[in-house]
Amino acid sequence: MNEVAFPKPAPAASGPRATTKTGAARYKAGVLKYAQMGYWEPDYTPSDTDILALFRITPQQGVEPEEAAAAVAGESSTATWTVVWTDRLTACERYRAKAFRVEAVPGSPGQYFAYIAYDLALFEPGSIANLTASIIGNVFGFKPLRALRLEDMRFPTAYVKTYAGPATGIVVERERLDKFGRPLLGATVKPKLGLSGKNYGRVVYEALKGGLDFTKDDENINSQPFMHWRDRFLYCMEAINRAQAATGEVKGHYLNVTAGTMEAMYERAELAKELGSVIVMIDLVIGYTAIQSMSNWARRNDMILHLHRAGHGTYTRQKNHGISFRVISKWMRLAGVDHLHAGTVVGKLEGDPNTVQGFYNVLREPHNAVDLQRGVFFEQDWAGLHGVMPVASGGIHAGQMHQLLHYLGEDSILQFGGGTIGHPMGIAAGATANRVALEAMVLARNEGRDIWHEGPTILAEAARHCAPLKAALDVWGEVTFNYESTDTPDFVPTPTAAA
Amino acid sequence: MRLTQGTFSFLPDLTDEQIGAQIEYCLAKNWAVSIEYTDDPHPRNTYWEMFGLPMFDIRDAAAILGEVRTCRKTFPRHYIKVNAFDSTRGRESLRLSFIVNRPEREPGFALTRQEGPGRTVQYTTRSYAVERPEGERY
Repeated sequence: MNEVAFPKPAPAASGPRATTKTGAARYKAGVLKYAQMGYWEPDYTPSDTDILALFRITPQQGVEPEEAAAAVAGESSTATWTVVWTDRLTACERYRAKAFRVEAVPGSPGQYFAYIAYDLALFEPGSIANLTASIIGNVFGFKPLRALRLEDMRFPTAYVKTYAGPATGIVVERERLDKFGRPLLGATVKPKLGLSGKNYGRVVYEALKGGLDFTKDDENINSQPFMHWRDRFLYCMEAINRAQAATGEVKGHYLNVTAGTMEAMYERAELAKELGSVIVMIDLVIGYTAIQSMSNWARRNDMILHLHRAGHGTYTRQKNHGISFRVISKWMRLAGVDHLHAGTVVGKLEGDPNTVQGFYNVLREPHNAVDLQRGVFFEQDWAGLHGVMPVASGGIHAGQMHQLLHYLGEDSILQFGGGTIGHPMGIAAGATANRVALEAMVLARNEGRDIWHEGPTILAEAARHCAPLKAALDVWGEVTFNYESTDTPDFVPTPTAAA
Repeated sequence: MRLTQGTFSFLPDLTDEQIGAQIEYCLAKNWAVSIEYTDDPHPRNTYWEMFGLPMFDIRDAAAILGEVRTCRKTFPRHYIKVNAFDSTRGRESLRLSFIVNRPEREPGFALTRQEGPGRTVQYTTRSYAVERPEGERY
């Protein structure tokens, strides 16, 4: 497993390579290179139960890539800067993480991919906090590296099974909502801040009645002076129930329960439950442990758990340093959220098509094969863990429906905030435009039409029986956000690229 | 009102030709098609009546469309939907579900509010149609 087809790297530096010292020489007091301490083991064959990590490393001038990789392995497992005799009280050879492969990054001089294997015994079961304290702990500030990025991870089944995973999952969510065969539709209430509870509920009612499945609190809507959380919850529930009665469909609003303490979050979530909400929402900034606690709460209370990835751009966007969002996606699937914002490809936020598809596949497929073109470096079996519904949100509109369906597929949530609320004929009309565009596109795709090329024609045909869609296409039809992506795959597709 | 459950309720009612094309799509995916009907379209009425078993072994769209027509003749004023079931491991659920017949007049739903403490409200959605007994509603 985990066979990856890479071009062989050119030797990074001349001179003899450090190899592991053994016996008494290994434990003589003093400083050794990490590669001499047993953290660089090119002959090591990872075991099926190892956790694997792939880092992109940029060593400082003069630091050999193998030594840099060994340093990452050392600092993210057992090592400190000098030899310690207390290693000999442990099965230290087993506990040392092992860098077992270093490859030059194609087209990026000075950067290397370092593959590191960690023994399963290094980790507490079912704790993202414990996992990340090792893997992205001290090591990211380590001086011999100019930059470091965690690109991907492989979790063995034995480790995956220590997590309960998404509280609801894609399949059960669809069954509860009775919505099949198409992406779900949502919108974030705008303006993000300032609306009173009563006015806020109006937006929710209009959008849901007009045809959306969900509306959403924004990440920074919590309990501010202009709208206390209780007020928001009560008005939103009135809006949801009115819209359900008007359409005969199950509707929902992601009530954001994010707060300053767990106690406050539980209190808000409990009220959401008592009021009959089908879904609650949290922000990524609450932290991994809080997310896992809320997942347990959601599972106990039959609630769908929506996660907004607030803050991720600070560490996921730049390619040379930080954490790839595909790793965050894997962690969040383990941690157990049901929805996760994962990019739109065509909207206003960062997102190369292949890279975003990689995130989506990691979130929702039962099994991921190695797919270098989409940035997926490891085979990953999810061992029956439910899928997470990826959410596309940020600067998308009805005129892009064929592209959204093409890139993102059916098990996704398309969120049109401005594209609903900014509609010239009103919010309900905006919602109807999006729903008609979506249903028309799915119908056409199922009929075998080539939606990628015929998309605009299909939308124009649908607009003939739907004035709101015609108006939406007239206003936004030509709006695009064409900027160069920063987070792109390193491997160009070739017939032999995928292993 | 217009009940908007199902995959295609925001489009004009599908013609039999369009329904046939969707059935073809389902068969090509190796899904099993079934037909269900009801006169209680409450959003949380999960169990509509089954018009026969899912047609696991019928791979001919025309034959399935024939069943849809028979169901319509039997229940002309009921809601009827076509479902497609995917038994793939990990899915084992519906993949498509769309309405193919609806009553001429759809009276919709009333919302009943029961006021509770702290301004909370418990809501009940009630179909106007179910005020009459099953079978006499539309």
